[in-house]
Amino acid sequence: MTRTIRFKLNGEAVTAEVPAHWNLVELLQNRFGLNGARESCGQGMCGCCTVLVNGAAVSGCLYLAAFVDGAEVATVEQPAPGAGLDAVQEAFIARGAFQCGFCTPGFVLMTRQLLDEKPDPTEDDIRHYLSGNLCRCAAYPEIIEAVKLAARMRKQHTATADKRR
Amino acid sequence: MTTQSVGQSIPRLEGQAKVSGRAEYVHNLRLPGMLYGKICRSTVAHGRIRSIDVTAAQAVPGVHRIVTGQDIRAIIPEPYYGPAFHDQPILALDKVRYAGEPVAVVLASDPHVAEEAAGRIVVDYEELPAVFDEVEAVTSKAIVHEVLKPAGTFPDLKHLQGRRGTNVALDFHLRRGDVERAFREAAHVFEHTFRTQQVLHVPLEPFVSVAEPGEPALTIHTASQSPSFVRIEIARLLGRPENRVRVKVQYLGGGFGAKLYIKLEALVAACALLTRRPVKIALTMEEQFYTLTKHGATLRIKSAVTREGRITGRLCEIWWNGGAYADIGPRITQKSGFTAPGPYDIENVHIDSYALYTNLPPAGALRGFGIPQLVWAYEGHTDMIARELKMDPVEFRRRNILRDGRPQATGTVMRDAAIDKVLERVAERMDWGRPFDRGSGTVRRGRGIAIGFKAVISPTTSVAIVNLYADGSCSLYCSTVDMGQGSDTAMAQIVAEVLGVPLESITVVHPDTDVTPYDMATLGSRSMYHMGNAVKAAAEDARDKLLALARELGLPAETTPIPDIFRRKYGMQAGNIVGTGSFIPGYKSPDHATGLSENVTPFWMVGATGVEVEVDTETGQVKITRLVNVADVGRPVNPAIVDTQLSGAAIMQMGFTMFEKMEFQAGQCTNASLAGYKIPGMLDLPSGIENEAVDAVQASGPFGAKGVGETGTFGVSPAIANAIDDAVGVRLTSLPLTPEAVYRALRAKEGRALGDK
Repeated sequence: MTRTIRFKLNGEAVTAEVPAHWNLVELLQNRFGLNGARESCGQGMCGCCTVLVNGAAVSGCLYLAAFVDGAEVATVEQPAPGAGLDAVQEAFIARGAFQCGFCTPGFVLMTRQLLDEKPDPTEDDIRHYLSGNLCRCAAYPEIIEAVKLAARMRKQHTATADKRR
Repeated sequence: MTTQSVGQSIPRLEGQAKVSGRAEYVHNLRLPGMLYGKICRSTVAHGRIRSIDVTAAQAVPGVHRIVTGQDIRAIIPEPYYGPAFHDQPILALDKVRYAGEPVAVVLASDPHVAEEAAGRIVVDYEELPAVFDEVEAVTSKAIVHEVLKPAGTFPDLKHLQGRRGTNVALDFHLRRGDVERAFREAAHVFEHTFRTQQVLHVPLEPFVSVAEPGEPALTIHTASQSPSFVRIEIARLLGRPENRVRVKVQYLGGGFGAKLYIKLEALVAACALLTRRPVKIALTMEEQFYTLTKHGATLRIKSAVTREGRITGRLCEIWWNGGAYADIGPRITQKSGFTAPGPYDIENVHIDSYALYTNLPPAGALRGFGIPQLVWAYEGHTDMIARELKMDPVEFRRRNILRDGRPQATGTVMRDAAIDKVLERVAERMDWGRPFDRGSGTVRRGRGIAIGFKAVISPTTSVAIVNLYADGSCSLYCSTVDMGQGSDTAMAQIVAEVLGVPLESITVVHPDTDVTPYDMATLGSRSMYHMGNAVKAAAEDARDKLLALARELGLPAETTPIPDIFRRKYGMQAGNIVGTGSFIPGYKSPDHATGLSENVTPFWMVGATGVEVEVDTETGQVKITRLVNVADVGRPVNPAIVDTQLSGAAIMQMGFTMFEKMEFQAGQCTNASLAGYKIPGMLDLPSGIENEAVDAVQASGPFGAKGVGETGTFGVSPAIANAIDDAVGVRLTSLPLTPEAVYRALRAKEGRALGDK
């Protein structure tokens, strides 16, 4: 049994035929070739499958694809405003905040959401907010540093933009 | 020596791909016409297969084919594989040896169909007595393998050929001096027994392989740390020459020693050849628990000590729980076994190390290759002796430490192993000489250190090719797998350094056995040293050829831009310069009877850990407030990546120390998921983590470097147990150090021991 759904994917209107039992990760991988959200534990414990649905992070491996009908879906592949990488991605590279990279998209998306909610997080805020994302390479110390750097970079961007105005 | 690239903390080459979700993993691979395989697994720990009924499974709409072990025999008559023993069937034949062993595979275009059907296969077993404990396995009547089948590639396994009625897959012995006499003459003799539990690698990209039939070669895309081994072993199974099997590896979503040798590769190869379609098998997280574990072990250690605190004799007996198939366990038994007395200068040593078969999932290499288990024993033991002698634990170690120029247990003379320096640096960073706040009330504080060392697996080969293009850009062809350790970046730094070109002008071609040359495997912290030396040689070869060409053309060799040299030679942008390099270090195999060797390893890794803990005496909770990792890594090629490797390894080992444990009931793993098996997350991190690579040089390494991937693990477990003892005066000798274990020990110490339930 399949359904036709229409939704916004990384800012573009799209249509897809989905079997009723597919989860969001299967939809993104099989229909759109987007592999940034990936299933690992299959239980919503690790955060590798993180996708934003209407601006809120969900576990794509536990989220039925058909439910994004009419929604706005954003993945790590969404281009940053302007071009290239956003502050969070730049900060992750600068601080070497990953090793194998399999969990990285989930951390990037959660960090963006954290900084949207709390532009100036304490280390404790960072640890708690990212506690649902696992990194088996344990690049955690570097991730914490990257989040702090991203917060500073975002503030500078805002300050520069304000000056221009 | 001044360098432009080597020694710089350059961000990783693949950074942009990884942060934007576009890095390529085999996990992502989908091929036209591809079938998905789902595995039906054994429900018993040991049993004879009476029958496999696939009627109901075959009836599920969409099932393409069901494959059993007997089906595989049609194309692979002897379908047994393994790096040390040819003991593991591609799918179970006649008998199953652990709960979770693959018995049959369902193939379908839709993975959900395959999964549904796999659950409908009915297997009837005649259950056999099983053995799970490594010490019981020595004398058990339950025999896991009727006959031993060593692979024949290792001379020290030859004597095991055809041996029957035993679960001992390998026994390694080392005899140096006269340990009995040392015990007789000693002022003190100490003996302790330690245990470690089964734990798991848990790479977040679970095992995955895809096979693609074709001519002239069968292509296998696999998340593997050992592409060259996979090609040779699959070629052996299929009776083909090497060039008719092609193995390709992209980035790995973690490896840690799990993705070595053959895992799913033989199975997807057989299924693809049987169906003439591409076949993908991607395990779930649960299935990783049925694939490979880290050896649980029992370790007995006994020391003779003089009145002055010198260790004069040490006896070590180790039983490694290898599970149902040997995998690389026999290598661990030997190649780690000989370091069992620790980094100490001990005249008389006696080591017996046994690899045991049991009816548990197979055990293999896991970030340390047996060393963390050994260090757990000898550094707990060392601390316990110091405490008994009322000596400071650092001072006791100082008196016995193994220094450069002195022989290790095997007789190999230590060289470029900064053991004493690493010990001193960890003590300094811990302010060991200063008074320490011991807490009060129900929160007690303690601190501990531990130091370990490791030889690299030997002898092994790496080959590299540097291909310089006419515009001055360059590709490095090497079969080292970048599974997160940053090898692409580090190897490219070596090429950039030798050629004097910018790092951005270099790309690294990922392992493809039709393209990239042989490499033994990415394991055991061997790549930086072995492949690094091969890459350096290849780059030097390319540089020498380039300079010779310039001279031949009458151009100033050192100053002419590379594109101008090519243009002068070929009249246009054309041509290549190909440099090659290969590396195999010297080595002498330990004597079979005595275990002695004058050259047992080309380099030593040294790692020490210092921790501070707070123990809650009412709950047994242990909070690690400080974790200090100090290591001898030679001269780091990329210091930032070295730091990440040190703390990453230490945090992983902290999980193995504090909470990770596979639970078994009758051989069935009962916590096979991340919901039941917790790995460290952000909230488990010690509040302070520090890393230090001591000032050291590995003279035989590329630019003075050596391996680091495992070093951070060595001292973590005993350092924590030593700190707990320091805080509350209880000694735990079994891992993990759960709050319950700590609390039970506290109650027992008070004479109010808790019951079993």
